[in-house]
Amino acid sequence: MTLVFTPRPGSAPLTSMVAAQARMEARLLLRNGEQLLLALVIPVLVLVGLQQADGLLDLGPGRRIDVLTPGVLALVVLSTGFTSVAISTGFERRHGLLKRLGATPLPRSALLAGKVGAVLIVEAFQLTLISAIALGLGWQPRGGVQALLSVVGLVLAGTAAFVGLALLMAGTLRADTTLAAANLVYLLLLAGGGVIVPFDRYPASVQPVMELLPTGALAEGLRDVLDGAAVGLGHVAILLAWTVVAATLAARTFRWE
Amino acid sequence: MGAACPVSARILRLGTVSSPAVEVEDLVLTYGSIRAVDRLTFEVAAGSVTAVVGPNGAGKTTTMETCEGYRQPHGGRVRVLGADPRRDAARLRPRVGVLLQSGGAWSGVRAVEMLRHIASLHAHPLDIPALVERLGLGSCGRTPYRSLSGGEQRRLGLAMAVVGRPELVFLDEPTAGLDPQARHGTWDLVQELRSSGVTVVLTTHYMDEAERLADTVHVIDSGRLVASGSPSELMAHGAERTVRFWAPAGLDRISLRAALPEGSRVDEPLPGSYVVRGHVDPHLLAALTAWCAANGVLAEGLAVERRTLEDVFLDLTGRELRP
Ligand SMILES: Nc1ncnc2c1ncn2[C@@H]1O[C@H](COP(=O)(O)OP(=O)(O)O)[C@@H](O)[C@H]1O
Ligand SMILES: [Mg+2]
Repeated sequence: MTLVFTPRPGSAPLTSMVAAQARMEARLLLRNGEQLLLALVIPVLVLVGLQQADGLLDLGPGRRIDVLTPGVLALVVLSTGFTSVAISTGFERRHGLLKRLGATPLPRSALLAGKVGAVLIVEAFQLTLISAIALGLGWQPRGGVQALLSVVGLVLAGTAAFVGLALLMAGTLRADTTLAAANLVYLLLLAGGGVIVPFDRYPASVQPVMELLPTGALAEGLRDVLDGAAVGLGHVAILLAWTVVAATLAARTFRWE
Repeated sequence: MGAACPVSARILRLGTVSSPAVEVEDLVLTYGSIRAVDRLTFEVAAGSVTAVVGPNGAGKTTTMETCEGYRQPHGGRVRVLGADPRRDAARLRPRVGVLLQSGGAWSGVRAVEMLRHIASLHAHPLDIPALVERLGLGSCGRTPYRSLSGGEQRRLGLAMAVVGRPELVFLDEPTAGLDPQARHGTWDLVQELRSSGVTVVLTTHYMDEAERLADTVHVIDSGRLVASGSPSELMAHGAERTVRFWAPAGLDRISLRAALPEGSRVDEPLPGSYVVRGHVDPHLLAALTAWCAANGVLAEGLAVERRTLEDVFLDLTGRELRP
């Protein structure tokens, strides 16, 4: 094959650009060892550790593993949707990758769609793996297909909110500040964001606040539907509100260089 | 500072009278109080190779990035392929290839993987294996970007700039950090782009590169255009000759100059390397060798040279070292 430089410009179709971007970003997320560790090992440790250490943390009534698993699934979405995306996007900006992509036919909306797509690909692996481990530990999810569909919906809404927040952070802070801040936020939300420990174990005064956090809304939503309840519209509304606010602010403040 | 002498850019390639590919008109860009680009005006003829030459900090990158749509001009205007680089960005992006001055890839991406990704965003990309071979990226194809050498990163960037088969490419220092072979490879590529009908705008601070590649050279300094024209026009701008020779360092240049015809200049750019400028004719040569004989100096490698574009450049932009 010889090289023909004669101009023949043109963009690939939008859908194939989004697909290419999502595949590429998913490959890179999976290749980034430390990030993957954070995104998978911590949830697995939380799951297995808290399942074994009965006296350590009061999770309230119900079988321990059934209470624990939905929270750990939410933790995975937080870790991949927020922490990983914030950190990788911060470095993409520092390395001029975002700037370079700005000179290709890829529109910004397709870049964002590609990022969400990549996160969903990675989450599909992670959530499947965590669920398998939990089932091995005796997890008995309720609600059947209905619950599964609700989980997918909640994960989509949660991912959108977290990716929006990640871009808001990565678009305004410097790359190494983002690295530190994203890990800090992850730990704070893990400890106090209503992720692992159900709301009714917290003092009544802080429960409404937990309810409004994206982590709380996602985790409590998952606990409800995997306990056989219908999906709580309040939880979905909170996640969508976070998505809209974060995306709007990110679009306004995001710096590509 | 040498004498600034703006010459308007009006170089049309023979037989083509199409509208310019790039028009920069009275462009002003400031960073705080720094005027990085100061009322810059030039045009790039479609199908030509244009070199923007200037010392570090002259405003080359700022100008390129304004043409690429990254910066909003603070004054004046820029048109690229007849369109506004910011307002019409979506239409221009497939048509314009870009090599950034640095960076522009994920740190963990493999070289060929990155190239394939950029290709996948275009409708009719070049054949990847052929391009990889052409730019000598085969041996580092699976190397992560952060582990590539500077030259390999540059060649990958070049491949990314052309892979979408653009009409126009902006190459910011395409040969910075390249070894001589890769530099020649890049020159060949630029020439092939031109013969395929691609308009090329490149920056460099190597004057020999501009001389060899470009149909038109724009010399800028401190954000201003100080000269434009074809390499031969720029050379004619001061068509004097020079005499160079080697001798022990630290000769008494004042005494030597006094022995030479009026208006001659003697420089010692490197210890022991001497350059005589002025009206170089047999009398000057005779006076020079007579002075050497009288002072017991053996002038080695004595040569009468035409001015190079490098000399013109240094005259235009000053010889003092820049920060
Ligand atoms: N982001 C920036 N912030 C502040 N000053 C800048 C920035 N980018 C460039 N400059 C300044 O603008 C001038 C021109 O820079 P640049 O366009 O990069 O020149 P060149 O590419 O010719 O070396 C320099 O004085 C440089 O220090
Ligand atoms: Mg530069």
